This record gives sequence, structure tokens and C-alpha cells, in this order.
Amino acid sequence: MNIDLYGFGPALAAGALMTVKLALCALCLGLVLGLLGALAKTSPYKPLQWLGGAYSTLVRGVPELLWVLLMYYGTVTLMSALGEAFGNPELALTPFAAGVIALGLCFGAYATEVFRGAILAIPKGHREAGVALGMSKVRIFTRLIMPQMWRIALPGLGNLFMILMKDTALVSVISLEEIMRQAQNAVLFSKLPFTFYLVAAFMYLGLTVLAMTGMHFLEKRAARGFVRTT
Amino acid sequence: MEWEVIFKWLPKFYQGALLTLELVGIAVVLGLILAVPLGIARASKLWYVRSLPYAYIFFFRGTPLLVQLFLVYYGLAQFDAIRDSFMWPYLRNPFWCATATMTLHTTAYIAEILRGAIQAIPPGEIEAARALGMSRAKAMFYIILPRAARIGLPAYSNEVILMLKASSLASTVTLLELTGMTRTIIARNYLTVDMFFTAGVFYLVISFLLVQAFKQVERWMRVDACQGR
Repeated sequence: MNIDLYGFGPALAAGALMTVKLALCALCLGLVLGLLGALAKTSPYKPLQWLGGAYSTLVRGVPELLWVLLMYYGTVTLMSALGEAFGNPELALTPFAAGVIALGLCFGAYATEVFRGAILAIPKGHREAGVALGMSKVRIFTRLIMPQMWRIALPGLGNLFMILMKDTALVSVISLEEIMRQAQNAVLFSKLPFTFYLVAAFMYLGLTVLAMTGMHFLEKRAARGFVRTT
Repeated sequence: MEWEVIFKWLPKFYQGALLTLELVGIAVVLGLILAVPLGIARASKLWYVRSLPYAYIFFFRGTPLLVQLFLVYYGLAQFDAIRDSFMWPYLRNPFWCATATMTLHTTAYIAEILRGAIQAIPPGEIEAARALGMSRAKAMFYIILPRAARIGLPAYSNEVILMLKASSLASTVTLLELTGMTRTIIARNYLTVDMFFTAGVFYLVISFLLVQAFKQVERWMRVDACQGR
């Protein structure tokens, strides 16, 4: 079967690149937010626990699309006020920045729960051993908890990344030129909606398969100390 | 916060929330019904029974709902055969397109939940049913499905909440559900943050109520009594 893309192939490829960029940037932001959220939720301080809980509950209870719209249209006044203070009144979030913040925020909220579960899954004795050895709190976290946490958190994070990858399609609503938007442009020109949306669907499927393969290798690597070879 | 303006528009938000609930309700109930045969087939040991549901689930879980929605709402109009068929009055209507797509989408997820639940049943219980002389169909109806329902219920309630949030995508095909209504209201009064805030509160309240309702259902089905041993 030969699919005629009416010369929109390169545009769609550029869109795929944009989708990947968006997903990776949002992933970075989300991982940081998720770690902070999980640390807050597992900390012994009540206000911090409350803050972490509020973050994950509030963000998870509101649709991703609403966050994307809010980040893009809702920050206009705020950003221009901020720009005014620094002598640049045209300051505004680009669709890309708004998308990264919105998707990162959502990813972080779910990742908070994944990381929290992973932290709680590490035997208490490991932390106590660190304390007994005279390690500082920060060092216990970076040297003992973190390296073990990744292995447990990885499958959950992989699922979240797959969800994130699909949520990037939402950013087309605020006119970022990713796969979905490029497909829409192509449809406007060619009047072949089914063809182009199907192509877009298969591009997302391809990305999902790629991400799944990547996760498989990461999980294998993370579990390399836990496999019995006999 | 412009509370007065928010109060003034509350009836409109309420109207949008009703449509959201309608969309989600139809999708998750129909999805559950469709998912039962699909999930059972997906859990089959025979590869030729398993492969078609697998492909279906793979496609619907691997692509964004937005793409699926556009594929159905904008895409189907590409074919003259569909435009001339008796289905066209329905497929032209954004409401039916959105419910159909959301149903197909959530069916894939629920079927996968069901497969996980069926495979999580201790094999001994199924063997016991067979040893008692139950036929395969009988074991399926009286042992496997009731057991899987209880194992899968928490995941199903998650899926319902996810669908509640996914229903906001219906606003992209001109439906005035909660998000669509909010955008229309914003186009009237330009209070972007206040209106999105109100919509967010509506979503939070709905998901809170749904979570409470599912807790009741779990108590009623005595899910916790089936855990442990």
C-alpha cells in the first residue's frame, strides 16, 4: 500500500520531533516535581506532607486539557505584569513552554505517588544503617534511597511516560506544531482527514513502541543486580 | 477572584457538568459491557482468540484519545459510503461521535483491567470449580467473573476518573461540556483564570463524589473480604 502524503511527510516528521522534545522536557520537569512531591509527602513535617498531598490530589483531579489551557491563556496577565517589572511588556509563555509546564505538572503529580510508593518499599533498616554509619540525611537519600528507588519506580514511571507521550497531543490545542497540529494543517490542505489522522495515530503508535522498547532495556539494566543467573 | 461573576455563570457550568457526566456515564457503562467479552478473549490461552483483542487494545491504548476523536468526527466524512449510509445522521453529530470514541477507548482499557484481574485469580479456585463438575461456562459465570470483578474494581474506578478527565477532549469537537462551556464563557467575559478555576473545582468535586461512590460499591461488593487469602 502506498500512502500519498501530498508532500506533508517532512512537516509530520518535524511534528514528531517536536512531540519527542515536548515529551522529554515535560518528563524532566515532571521527574523533579515528582521527586519533590514524594519527598514532601514522606517527610516527617506536617505542613510539607500537606503540601505534597494537596499538589498530587489537586493536579490529578483536574483534566490535563484544562491545565494546558490554563497555563497558556491563564498566565497572560501574570506574565505581562512580570514582564512589565523587567521592562519587557511583551513577555508571554510560548505554546511550547506552556505545554511543558502543564504536562510536567501533571506528570509530576502522578510521579509523586509512584516515587512515594518506591520510597516506602525500601526496607527501613537501610535508612537506619545509614544513620548508624553517621551519614547525613541528604547523603542517606542520594546514596542509599535514590539508587534503590529507581528500580522500583521504573515500571510505574514507564507507564506514566507512555501516558505523557499521548497527552502531548493536547498541546496542539494551543497551536504548537507537533504531530497532531501538523496533521490538522495537512487536513486543511488535502481534505483527507481520515488518511492524515490515521497516519498521526500510527506515528504515536510508533513512538509508544519505541518508548516501550527503551523502558524494557532500562528495566533490564536497573534489575541487573537482581537476576539469578544459575 | 470575581466571585459575583462566577456565581452569575454557575448555572451554565452546571449545564456543562451535566453533559460531561452524561458522556462519561454512557462511555464507562457501555465500555464495561463491551469489555467483558473482549477481556475474556484477551485472557484466552489460544493465540488466535487472543490476537484480535490484543491488536484492538494495542491500538486504542497506544494512540491519544484526541487522535481517535478526530479520526471518527472529522475522518469518517472522507468516505462517501459512510456519508450516504443510514449512520450518517449519528456520525455527523458531535455528541454521538464523542460517546462512541470514548466508549471504544475506555473499552480497551477496561478489557486490559479485566484480563489482569482474570489472570490474578488464584488458579486453584478455578481448578476447584472445575473439580466440582462445573462446566467452563458455569465456572466463568459463577467463579471467574465475580472474582475478577472484585479484583478489578479499584482499577475500574481509576479508569472512570480518567475518563472524567478525558471527557474534556470532547470540547475540541464543539461539544459544550464542562471545558467547552468554560471556554465559551471565557470568550464572553475574558476572566480566564477565574473561569478555569471554577471548572477545575467542578471537576474536583465530581471526581471526589465518584471516588466516594466507588468506596460504597467496594463495601457493598465486600472487596476487602476477598483480599488476603
